[in-house]
Amino acid sequence: MTAITRYLKSLMLLELLKGMSITGRYFTRPKYTVHYPEETIPKSNRFRGLHALRRYANGEERCIACKLCEAVCPALAITIDSEPRADGSRRTTRYDIDLFKCIFCGFCEESCPVDSIVETHIHEYHFEARGENIVNKQQLLAIGDRYEAEIAAARAQDAAFR
Amino acid sequence: MTLPLILFYAFGAILIGSALAVVTARNSVHAALWLVLTFFTSACIWLLLHAEFLAIVLVLVYVGAVMVLFLFVVMMLDVKVAPLREGFVRHLPVGLLVAGVMLAEMLGLIGFGKLNEGGALVDAAAAQGLSNTEWLGRTLFSDYILPFEIAAVILTVAIIAAVALTLRHRPNVRSQDPSAQAAVRSQDRIRIVEIASANKETP
Amino acid sequence: MIDQIQHAWTWLHSDAASAVLIFTTIKILLITVPLILCVAFFTLWERKVIGWMQVRKGPTYIGKGILQPFADVFKLLFKELIIPSEANRVLFYLAPLLALVPAFAAWSVIPFDAQVVLSNSNAGLLFLLAMTSMGVYGIILAGWASNSKYAFLGAMRAAAQMVSYEIAMGFSIVGVLIAAGSLNLTRIVEAQAGNGGMFEWFWLPLLPLFVIYFISGVAETNRAPFDVSEGESEIVAGFHVEYAGSAFALFFLAEYANMILICFLASILFLGGWLSPFPESWGLVGTAGWWWLLLKANFFAFLYLWFRATFPRYRYDQIMRLGWKVFIPITIVWVLVTGIMVYCGWLLPGE
Repeated sequence: MTAITRYLKSLMLLELLKGMSITGRYFTRPKYTVHYPEETIPKSNRFRGLHALRRYANGEERCIACKLCEAVCPALAITIDSEPRADGSRRTTRYDIDLFKCIFCGFCEESCPVDSIVETHIHEYHFEARGENIVNKQQLLAIGDRYEAEIAAARAQDAAFR
Repeated sequence: MTLPLILFYAFGAILIGSALAVVTARNSVHAALWLVLTFFTSACIWLLLHAEFLAIVLVLVYVGAVMVLFLFVVMMLDVKVAPLREGFVRHLPVGLLVAGVMLAEMLGLIGFGKLNEGGALVDAAAAQGLSNTEWLGRTLFSDYILPFEIAAVILTVAIIAAVALTLRHRPNVRSQDPSAQAAVRSQDRIRIVEIASANKETP
Repeated sequence: MIDQIQHAWTWLHSDAASAVLIFTTIKILLITVPLILCVAFFTLWERKVIGWMQVRKGPTYIGKGILQPFADVFKLLFKELIIPSEANRVLFYLAPLLALVPAFAAWSVIPFDAQVVLSNSNAGLLFLLAMTSMGVYGIILAGWASNSKYAFLGAMRAAAQMVSYEIAMGFSIVGVLIAAGSLNLTRIVEAQAGNGGMFEWFWLPLLPLFVIYFISGVAETNRAPFDVSEGESEIVAGFHVEYAGSAFALFFLAEYANMILICFLASILFLGGWLSPFPESWGLVGTAGWWWLLLKANFFAFLYLWFRATFPRYRYDQIMRLGWKVFIPITIVWVLVTGIMVYCGWLLPGE
């Protein structure tokens, strides 16, 4: 008996009509498309995008080559070489991040004792040649210099929760 | 020379050309496609003779269904060209003999028909003032109902025989049963069990 | 000036061979050009409708989205035609044309209004069946000539599916034939005329055939949820994987022309073509006209898109099961029922 009723029910296409009624209802609902390059949605101050190396206000680079970020990086994207500088302080001679390896987890930022390596809110960038995916110390510092105001503002907003 | 006559000769030339190509084409897929063209051209010639229904049925059945399955099989088989051509010369006399016999038979038939009807073809449909399709239908289902039904039964028997010959239920092979899968319900697959610890806290 | 136009008009209607040729060409253009435009805007409408059903907006950039099809067409036309090195060149070029020609040829027997038809053939319905069954060659050849496994798999699937669903489609058309008593499409529509408006149409006595006809039509045109021959998630793009540029555009055109054809046919065969759904006594809304046919065809075209936005793709063996074990038996039974209805006089053929 149940087999017959089931067969008749399937012949009436009830389930299909139910599915179509759902899509039909959404047909008239308001739409949520964001016209991306012209419109953007708000971004969190904790957004993790392109990396940057920061400096102190006097122009001294923050990084002390402790290599905590290199150690914590789960994707092994960071490579650091260090040497004592002329004034005796320990500084990096090489600070490379392979952006193809990076998974943007933010561990480097968390581990940094001097807030040197940070992840900015920049997510629109591209590479045009092989090898450009590895960004070196100069490039990272340049990014940091350029966006220092925004980086500092985002850090200040989040300071109470750290 | 009138337009229908020109068309007839044009279609005839294409028909013979493509029929020759069927037997000479090296690639079996090409041969099948030439056969499609042959069928299509003969349908065109039938159309010229005002046999609309037959022509369209020829396209529908042979071009639309039979040749599609033909192509289906030919494409699936990886037919090597060279071995097929090996026996060509050896089988040529037999082939020529068969072709000759068929030609003689056809000529005989045409000659017999000409003699019988005094050389003039009669359009039976036009004589009764009916359209070709209607006349064909009436004749098939009145005068020729018995042969027609017998042909239908023979075809059905052939289909059932083919299915019966190829259908094997092998016990050790695991296979899906789409009907059973489509009929499945949630009750067959999952069971909702009340677990004591999952009870809500009583207020 | 007016005299000249009048002169040209009478010459076009004369029996001179060149006049007939030119007049027929004009009539063919009058059908194909709007058809191609319809296809262009149908693609836009498809993207819009599916977008709306997925709470998106669809294309909005080029001319507020309305000119998007033209952008697509120009992009496709200016792209390079790439031929795989191991492909069969002749058949590779021939395949899109073989797909397109039957799709357009079928339109010659479609009546748009009581007198507006290119060829008022007495075997129009059979011609349509023949043409739709020819469309599969383009797909099979495309799959085979590309010399790609994905394309070949898609072609095999398409061939088996189209041959299977043609049978169910043919049987549902046989039901219409019995009810209308004619193979001529104009007369089939006229057979559905009457004082009852939409209740005189064939969809009511032939409801199972109507439903099966449209579903088989969706399967016959390889559209979702029966689009295993394209099956993006399994075989990339099916039979037209290797096609690019204008060759791909031709396949696209053929597919959509076939879809619109099925929409028109479903309206003509079951929903009374250009007849009004209201009784004739209701005045203006009861007047028959081509706009009703367009409205009905639009409804079916929308259903196509609605299906695509709603249903997941059928698995291949389930498509075959549905075609052979469900549709064909039901249609055979209902053809018998129709025969009995006509025999008992409940349904008068031709009225």
